[in-house]
Amino acid sequence: MSTPKVGDTARLDARFAACKAEGRAAFVSFIMAGDPDQQTSLKIAKGLVAAGVDVLELGMPFTDPMADGPSIQAAGLRALAAGASLKSTLTLVSDFRADDTDTPIILMGYYNPIHYYGVDTFLADAKAAGVDGLIIVDLPPEEDSELCLPALEAGLSFIRLATPTTDDKRLPAVLANTSGFVYYVSIAGITGGAAPEADAVEQAVARIKRHTDLPVVVGFGIRTPEQAKAIAATADGAVVGSALIAVVEENLDNQNQAKSDLVDKVVALGRSLAEGVHSAHN
Amino acid sequence: MILDKPNTYRAGPDESGHFGIYGGRFVAETLMPLILELEEAWEAAKVDPSFQQELDYFLEHYVGRPSPLYHAERLSDHLGGAKIYFKRDELNHTGAHKINNCMGQILLARRMKKTRIIAETGAGQHGVATATVAARFGLPCTVYMGAVDIERQQPNVFRMRLLGAEVIPVTSGSSTLKDAMNEALRDWVTNVEDTFYIIGTAAGPHPYPALVRDFQSVIGNETKEQMHKAEGRLPDTLVACIGGGSNAIGLFHPFLDDETVKIVGVEAGGHGVDTDKHAASLTGGQPGVLHGNRTYLLQDDDGQIIEAHSISAGLDYPGIGPEHSWLHDLGRVDYVSVTDTEALEAFQLCSRIEGIIPALEPAHALAHVMKIAPDLPRDHILVMNMCGRGDKDIFTVADALGVEI
Repeated sequence: MSTPKVGDTARLDARFAACKAEGRAAFVSFIMAGDPDQQTSLKIAKGLVAAGVDVLELGMPFTDPMADGPSIQAAGLRALAAGASLKSTLTLVSDFRADDTDTPIILMGYYNPIHYYGVDTFLADAKAAGVDGLIIVDLPPEEDSELCLPALEAGLSFIRLATPTTDDKRLPAVLANTSGFVYYVSIAGITGGAAPEADAVEQAVARIKRHTDLPVVVGFGIRTPEQAKAIAATADGAVVGSALIAVVEENLDNQNQAKSDLVDKVVALGRSLAEGVHSAHN
Repeated sequence: MILDKPNTYRAGPDESGHFGIYGGRFVAETLMPLILELEEAWEAAKVDPSFQQELDYFLEHYVGRPSPLYHAERLSDHLGGAKIYFKRDELNHTGAHKINNCMGQILLARRMKKTRIIAETGAGQHGVATATVAARFGLPCTVYMGAVDIERQQPNVFRMRLLGAEVIPVTSGSSTLKDAMNEALRDWVTNVEDTFYIIGTAAGPHPYPALVRDFQSVIGNETKEQMHKAEGRLPDTLVACIGGGSNAIGLFHPFLDDETVKIVGVEAGGHGVDTDKHAASLTGGQPGVLHGNRTYLLQDDDGQIIEAHSISAGLDYPGIGPEHSWLHDLGRVDYVSVTDTEALEAFQLCSRIEGIIPALEPAHALAHVMKIAPDLPRDHILVMNMCGRGDKDIFTVADALGVEI
């Protein structure tokens, strides 16, 4: 048997190394691809990176996101109603890559659209578009042969979620084929839910770090620059999603079209979150 | 896709929860330790005689089992062919087969020291059965139900509330059963310590499809014994309706290795499987991954889940249990579909001729029986699972027939 591949982690490695060199955590932002429409979401993505986002997570819209709260559920349905598809998400990535070849891009979502698209075709298209890694919520290590191993083989990182229910016995299995970074889900719950306790997160991150050298990034329930700063002090990065998406939602007209200052408002929140994360030295 | 025939159709799932390529454990990491714990508890309970004794006690004295195997003589004569039997699971406490599974799962929940019960429901039958056993064992119960379904199944919502359950309307997605299941999973992911999720059909992540099947297999095991007593032999044909497919797999499973027994599953064809308004996942869907398992799903060309349609809220689900998908690919079970209109005709015929008002779900199975029975010889024994009674459906049926009540 050949050694398991770890995917091509160059962009992620470089970005986390750069953050580390600056003595700060990475700010990871999540937005839904195609929400509220393709062009606006491209502008948001570019604007967020300009405002200090280190790693971009793009949600792949899905009708039945079982681990997501109301904000992200609604964002996915808005994107789909505006014509988004897995194909258009990949187009968004390649459009973004036209003038940014450094910012790592992670696609996050659920397995079925990829299953339908075809695993091998999807991995080839994602790689060609400039995707760096995948986070697939409904693919635990028990199902690694489905997409995780083929993704690593195709040169993409497969970033695993570790959760408060992932005990020490289970952690090695969860970390086994993960690459790029580890995403620690700070609460047992859905996205956009209760805020995590910084102390509990700190302990959990320390526990994970005993098992891996990969950067540990924390997400779920982080909404404000202050929370982001507190979490960033304990981890290699902090993820904010629902709070950014809430700003998208608040700046739509009654036809779900973007109001003129929607992008600016999302980017403004992104900037203050980035400042929060970056000001936490660790 | 026709696969090689296995030595037995009854050995599944494999260790990782697969029936061929179907099934599996496609859940968020947060839930993974919980379903492993459930699997372990179930494996231990299965071989513990005291668990089976306790279950048998409640099935007999609380649920009312065994349910009769009834020779539907007038219907057989009317159709002029096969000798038709009904397995009378509509006579169970709460009026459907759902409670067989709920009783099993709540005893398991108690064994696991879980103190809170959640469930999803479509038509409300599973919700009522869950609320019933939760009341019986004094556990708080929360039932997720699509807002659209709440609107069309008011009597069951009231029943659940009478039984002390909290019914939470689900307004996400399309506000029906699949969304109720998403919401129940979201609750479970948030309340991992104390909560037991009683899934209502033979679907979801492993071990649920096998667990629910095992609890529902009481239907087929009883049928086998009762048929032996009545006719001294195996039946020739079994027919059951399929939404998620728990009543069907419960009847079918004990007979899967009896090669002479022809087995037919009836999906809800809605307005017709050539339209976009049906719930026939096997006839009109493709394999995909939803709610923890790989199975046939109604989906569009981007892998987005399509809303199902059926006059029967209990069949109105865009997926199907993974074991059915496997049996479909193997060709062991024939899967057909019946339209809303055909089910309505069967509903009325059965009421008039047999004095049994069937639920709209088994009315689908009956509609298929009406199609095939006339061409079968008089000594052909056919068993149909009368898995629910129709009291809950009288408003829907009256509406469809243009009657105001």
